[in-house]
Amino acid sequence: MRRFSWFNATSLTLGFAFLYLPMLILVIYSFNGGRNVAIWAGFSTKWYGELFRDQAFLDAAWVTLRVGLMSSTLATILGTMAAYVIVRGGRFKGRTVMSGMLYAPIVMPEVITGLSLLLLFIAIGLDRGLVTIVLAHTTFTMCFVSVVVSSRLVTFDQSLEEAALDLGCTPWDAFKSVTLPIIAPAVVSGWLLAFTLSLDDLVLASFVSGPSSTTLPIKIFSAVRLGVSPKINALSTMMIAIVAFGVITASLINKRSVTKRLKDEQEAAAS
Amino acid sequence: MAQPSKTPVVFAPWEDQTQKPVIQFKNVTKRFGNFTAIDNLSLDIFEREFFALLGPSGCGKTTIMRMLAGFESASEGTILLGGKDISAVPPNKRPVNMMFQSYALFPHLSVWDNIAFGLRRSSMPKDEIGARVDEMLRLTRMEKFAKRKPHQISGGQRQRVALARSLAKAPKLLLLDEPLGALDKKLRHDTQFELMDIQEKTGTTFVIVTHDQEEAMTVASRVAVMDHGKLIQVATPAAIYETPNCVYVADFIGEVNLVEGNSRKVGADKYEVSWAEGQTALRGTCPREIAEGTRVTYAVRPEKVAISAEKPKDAANAIQGSVHDIAYLGNISTYHVMLPTGQVIKAQESNTRRLANRHFTWDDQVWLSFTDTAGVILTE
Amino acid sequence: MNYRRLMLIGVPYLWLLGLFLVPFIIVLKISLSDIALSIPPYAPTLDLSEGWAGLKDFFSKLDFDNFLFLKTDPLYWKAYVSSLQIAIFSTAITLLVGYPIAYGMARAPEEWRATLMMLVILPFWTSFLIRVYSWMGILGKEGFLNATLMWLGIVDEPLTILNTNTAVYIGIVYTYLPFMILPIYAALDKLDISLLEAAEDLGCTRTSAFWLVTLPLSRPGIVAGSFLVFIPVIGEFVIPSLLGGSNTLMIGKILFEEFSSNRDWPVASAVAVLLLLIVVVPIVLFQRSQERQAEAQK
Repeated sequence: MRRFSWFNATSLTLGFAFLYLPMLILVIYSFNGGRNVAIWAGFSTKWYGELFRDQAFLDAAWVTLRVGLMSSTLATILGTMAAYVIVRGGRFKGRTVMSGMLYAPIVMPEVITGLSLLLLFIAIGLDRGLVTIVLAHTTFTMCFVSVVVSSRLVTFDQSLEEAALDLGCTPWDAFKSVTLPIIAPAVVSGWLLAFTLSLDDLVLASFVSGPSSTTLPIKIFSAVRLGVSPKINALSTMMIAIVAFGVITASLINKRSVTKRLKDEQEAAAS
Repeated sequence: MAQPSKTPVVFAPWEDQTQKPVIQFKNVTKRFGNFTAIDNLSLDIFEREFFALLGPSGCGKTTIMRMLAGFESASEGTILLGGKDISAVPPNKRPVNMMFQSYALFPHLSVWDNIAFGLRRSSMPKDEIGARVDEMLRLTRMEKFAKRKPHQISGGQRQRVALARSLAKAPKLLLLDEPLGALDKKLRHDTQFELMDIQEKTGTTFVIVTHDQEEAMTVASRVAVMDHGKLIQVATPAAIYETPNCVYVADFIGEVNLVEGNSRKVGADKYEVSWAEGQTALRGTCPREIAEGTRVTYAVRPEKVAISAEKPKDAANAIQGSVHDIAYLGNISTYHVMLPTGQVIKAQESNTRRLANRHFTWDDQVWLSFTDTAGVILTE
Repeated sequence: MNYRRLMLIGVPYLWLLGLFLVPFIIVLKISLSDIALSIPPYAPTLDLSEGWAGLKDFFSKLDFDNFLFLKTDPLYWKAYVSSLQIAIFSTAITLLVGYPIAYGMARAPEEWRATLMMLVILPFWTSFLIRVYSWMGILGKEGFLNATLMWLGIVDEPLTILNTNTAVYIGIVYTYLPFMILPIYAALDKLDISLLEAAEDLGCTRTSAFWLVTLPLSRPGIVAGSFLVFIPVIGEFVIPSLLGGSNTLMIGKILFEEFSSNRDWPVASAVAVLLLLIVVVPIVLFQRSQERQAEAQK
């Protein structure tokens, strides 16, 4: 197909080079023996060692992980409920308000959300700490979860739920036995999205965290404000590696299940 | 030795005064906002019937079905199942099962698990479920596919699984929503007879929704022709075809010739319909009383109209015209005959002779004839 | 059943009401308050124990002083204007960079699609902070870019890129690129090739077919991508902090500084309220365009 022109090929190559070169440089210099980014001082993993010995970083990582797991799970439950209600709930009082509240945090600058939540916690006298970060992240990420899940629910064949009811399920049973297993991939993506957003969040955490609950992004930010640090390069490389592993694995699994499904359907049609 | 002929047992519970209907719609109205989907409808359906709801899209047939299943509730009126008001009963608690148009097979479960799904939620003991599922698989000839998932079987096979699943709980009433629409013609014909077989074998009351009149005529014990939320006629396929009660029904089912005219009573149940100046009035029969001079429509089916080159001697009705068009369908030919008034009457004949030996061809002058009981006189 | 439905609607609804809407009202209230040397550092505070009189007293002490302050102090309105300028400009650049990439993806052979998608998604899932940080090591005086340029002999002295507006633009385009590419790709992917074939059949060249058919039909993607970049960038904080200089005026940065270093919460709240009002306009426009899109597709 001569649709793919030289222009297309060039723009793709340049585009992806632009996207990946900075990260590549980052990774390479995490193995740089010296501090200076511009001068290569031999291959070394000492920065990784230093990183693992830095208790402050390890603590921050642990806090971030716990916050991530708790808030994403909570956000997935709330977000799925909200999505279900918006897509299947028909008309109810306050529906527009709810739609708006689910949509706004996604587009709103995080500084506003962060400030408002902090002022809330102060007003009700809640001490800043792990709990406040979890609350903030849950509120923020549940909106993303609801977007993901509701876009799946919209294409979900409602007659499957009706069939379940017809065969004897209570509404909850129908959801549990039929809807949930089928929309599970979307729910899982929602969870992953919430988890990633929580892990990566700097602005909200800066506003609502306490002295004992520093998250990893906060630590990284305060470190890099002073300048480039190879230790941060090392940390960044590890995080990039984890994400890359996850994305590639998910891609491969998806590809395999799609090809298998196509094969099955072709065989079925032939039989 | 010849067997004495048995009087055939005719299945007609609707004529039996002692029979109580299993489904009753009493003055049911259903509105969706400003739109009235069902308009003051009353209907009785009896046990073991294969009842067809027939009509164009939007006539309300699917709404009736969904109200029986429990997915819609009536705005006004009562629906009784087995004599009990079911409006408060949710779909999962009704002895009704539905076969969906899209089949709605659970994609994450195997064929076996799909069929067992409803049984697992009933009071059937666990050890009996397996036997019942196997029985359903045998009934629909799907034993070999028990372990497969829906996307691993063909469309016709999915239809059978959907049927097996809906029959597994031996419901009092089975609803079928355009079940054969997605199948090709040959498969559809075969499946129609399979459905009738299964219905007789299991003794379940079937209610089928369809827009395909051939399907309704083939499978149903009674057909309800609907339009815009109202029942137009409810009768056996034969009665619907031979004695439609209005022009809408006559025109909806099969082919029909419609001639408008003014009526004049000429006998006990005999009428003459004058339809054109200079033409002999048509003679017909009508069991009901028609007032003098009423505007009526004379309806006669093409296969009851004989076509000949010479004027037939003793025909009650005979009209002359010229062959305007011939539609050849292999086994039958439909002759479109144009009358002097410009109207076209269709006459259908089996092609008992080969094409080359046909008696008439285009532009020939021919005579159309039919008896005075061949058609019906319709006042609406 | 009604009880279950109530709970299903109620739980997320109340959560959002309490943790999203109520905080906004609090921000509004504080933007109308004065700074005080107390905890919390603003006055008046709402004391419901004093009943109606307390309430009246509370409302009388609220004023628009903070908003007037924002109007008079040039730093603030300059920052608002500058934020909008930077947002518009960087959205345009992101569009110019992102469109060809999305276009290339849409025309690529079927077998490559999954891989290309994966290559765009990977940066999307990688930490925002890390991706911004990566440019610090490149654009600095002793960074990779300068080192390479000097090694190649193109320049004699290192260029100052880091801590300038240029670095901020690069940073914004880099981090927000996936948000521009994905919606445009989605729109281009849905494009019916037979439309282009019809155009060429009727006499268009490849280029004019692009301008007359492809570009207009990909407009929904362009609009979506642009809003997804423009709206958050107005309030951006991380990129101007790390890559920008002291003369990079962006309102998100100022809000954060006002809040943490100055401890002037009432002013910070006023800044936030004003920012919100500015941002609401494009948000509503965006939502309207999305709804029109959805309607048109039905």
